[in-house]
Amino acid sequence: MTTPITFINAYIIDPEKNSENIGSLSVEDGIITNLGGSTKGLVIDCEKKCLAPGIIDIGVNICEPGERHKESISSAGRAASAGGVTTMVTLPNTKPIIDSPELLQFFIRRGKEATNVRVLPTAALTKNLEGKMLTEIGFLTDSGAVAFTESNRTVEDTKTFLRALTYAGSHDGLYLGHCQEKFLTKGSVATASPFSTKLGLPAVSALAEKIGLERELSLSEMADVRYHASQITTGESVNIIKKIKEVNKKITAGTSIHHLTLNESNIGNYRTFFKLDPPLREEQDREKLIEGLIEGHIDTVSSYHSPQDEESKRLPFQIAASGAVGLQTLLPAALKLVEDKHLSLSKLFKVISLNPAKLFRQKTGRISVGSPADLIIFDPETSFILDRFKLLSKSKNTPYDGTLMKGKVLRTFVAGEQIFPRDS
Amino acid sequence: MFIQKHLLGIENLSVYEIEAILQLAEKFASQNSFPKSTALILRGMTQINLFFESSTRTQASFEIAGKRLGADVINFAVNTSSANKGETLLDMASTLNAMLPNLLVIRHPHSGAVQLLSEKVNCAVINAGDGNHEHPTQALLDILTIKNRIGKISGLNIAICGDITHSRVARSNIILHKKLGNLVRLIGPKTLIPNGVEKFGVEITNNLKDGLQDIDVIMVLRLQKERMDGAFIASEREYFHQFGLDETKMNYAKPQAIIMHPGPMNRGIEIDGILADNINRSVITKQVEMGVAVRMAILDLLSRPSEERSSL
Repeated sequence: MTTPITFINAYIIDPEKNSENIGSLSVEDGIITNLGGSTKGLVIDCEKKCLAPGIIDIGVNICEPGERHKESISSAGRAASAGGVTTMVTLPNTKPIIDSPELLQFFIRRGKEATNVRVLPTAALTKNLEGKMLTEIGFLTDSGAVAFTESNRTVEDTKTFLRALTYAGSHDGLYLGHCQEKFLTKGSVATASPFSTKLGLPAVSALAEKIGLERELSLSEMADVRYHASQITTGESVNIIKKIKEVNKKITAGTSIHHLTLNESNIGNYRTFFKLDPPLREEQDREKLIEGLIEGHIDTVSSYHSPQDEESKRLPFQIAASGAVGLQTLLPAALKLVEDKHLSLSKLFKVISLNPAKLFRQKTGRISVGSPADLIIFDPETSFILDRFKLLSKSKNTPYDGTLMKGKVLRTFVAGEQIFPRDS
Repeated sequence: MFIQKHLLGIENLSVYEIEAILQLAEKFASQNSFPKSTALILRGMTQINLFFESSTRTQASFEIAGKRLGADVINFAVNTSSANKGETLLDMASTLNAMLPNLLVIRHPHSGAVQLLSEKVNCAVINAGDGNHEHPTQALLDILTIKNRIGKISGLNIAICGDITHSRVARSNIILHKKLGNLVRLIGPKTLIPNGVEKFGVEITNNLKDGLQDIDVIMVLRLQKERMDGAFIASEREYFHQFGLDETKMNYAKPQAIIMHPGPMNRGIEIDGILADNINRSVITKQVEMGVAVRMAILDLLSRPSEERSSL
């Protein structure tokens, strides 16, 4: 039993009720027990700072096991807690790949040992992510896999893919799709545009995402599986998702904070920290993504945290590794969308906390009596210039280095227990 | 003012700087028959030619240019096909930098790699071609050849014909001629025209006959077979039929139009052999000659102290 806590004088952000009010909240045994009631136990005066459900970040590349020099569960956990992320939904593309219940159980055990942040693992849909043989989706689900995914690839053989999705569907599974058509994407490092032509970089047309997405959606409909397009990045994809969601309730879509806040021109003179997969798109795509977010066609926003060591990034753009770390910068970057009046705070927490919780059928992500007390206190007004070397991830590959950002996490709680900062 | 520390691309050059390079290059072109007069300019200076991609012509041209100015020239050929090609790149830069060279001439198969290296060294860096990005000395020697032959550098209609997508020569020339206010028309099969290139203010056509109307200069590009990762054209003979330049097709251009080619040529694929040798039309060997002069000018300019450069 932990000491009860009462948060008073808090600017409570409730994404379920779509409300933002000053109030108080009590927590007992890791559960939210009371809203606006009497104070009990330890009293924390929030001084009118924001109190919101912790962030659930989808698609975290955790690099453990296999590449712990880039990131470990423990270092990712430290970055997450400092960034207000209380749940990390991890990808199976570790070394070895998480494609068996035994490995998954090992990973879950490591997660519990190494961090207080919740770790929700996804597992591979096919063995070794090779797109050939099915994984034991039943056992994996029983062991705690919250979804299945081929990480940053797709199953090339359409027949195998359909069968795998159908099998997952029969287990009421959720599939996270990386919807980029493989052959059009091959060899490309940027989006096809006047900009990439000027830089002379091999580029992929936005068409690759359209074809990839439409293929995965058609197969998912046929397979009757829950499908989440984990990272849509083009205006055309928003249109496709909007249309299909009218008829198919099993389909959802997400995008990355990087694609919402940056565009291809940020690459500038071949800056490899801006090399992402899918690549940063043109400004009109970014605008369309924001529109899709405002109108509710895009359900989730995540960082797709991808740690890369210095050596993998200090290379010519074409051969440098893709990806950016994001656990610690997701909230300040997303608060820019609030500052720019695209979203309210409660709407923001809908896409970074509530909707991800619903997607993975978790009770977290809410401010309601009976929900787990995964909470963060943050000040959206504190501004700072991001210094990448101060990030807690082992890898420092952030595209926001040197950027003036707003929003500082003051405290992070998981199940009523303070995990950030650790000493107070 | 000549403010460039490096020559990474035409993109960074002002028209004034382009003219300054051409003026000096013309001087060297006239002195090249008497090399003794230039032999003291870079005396005691070290020039390293660092080529991550094989090259005979460009490397020889830079070597001769450096030697004619009296520099000590060292050639480094680096095999990039080895597995850890990337890893050695910045290590190599710091190693070479520690030897305190004055001029570093770099060619690399990846776009942007020369820029990356230039950030890690203290000396002047000259881009001798990076991926599909830029090949600035080629564009400069082309315009010097045009000036030599036609007598002007603006008010011209330029056609660039062939594999634009995989050509750094095309990109540098497009940027250069747009800066100089020339009309640029790209001619090639759609599969070899890069995305969004119309935003560069160029005309685009897939028909050679239409494309050559009123043209003063035809730049024929090499069909870069080694760069293609798939089939961009159906066959060489179909390509020659549609886009290969020969005497008959030359009639579509202005009567005095000249032909350029960055070399090495594929005779019978992008250009007819007889036409390539026609000294009234083809300025291909003149380009090679001007190449040495332009590279001498750049080596000279970039080796000067910054105060002296900026007072130009």
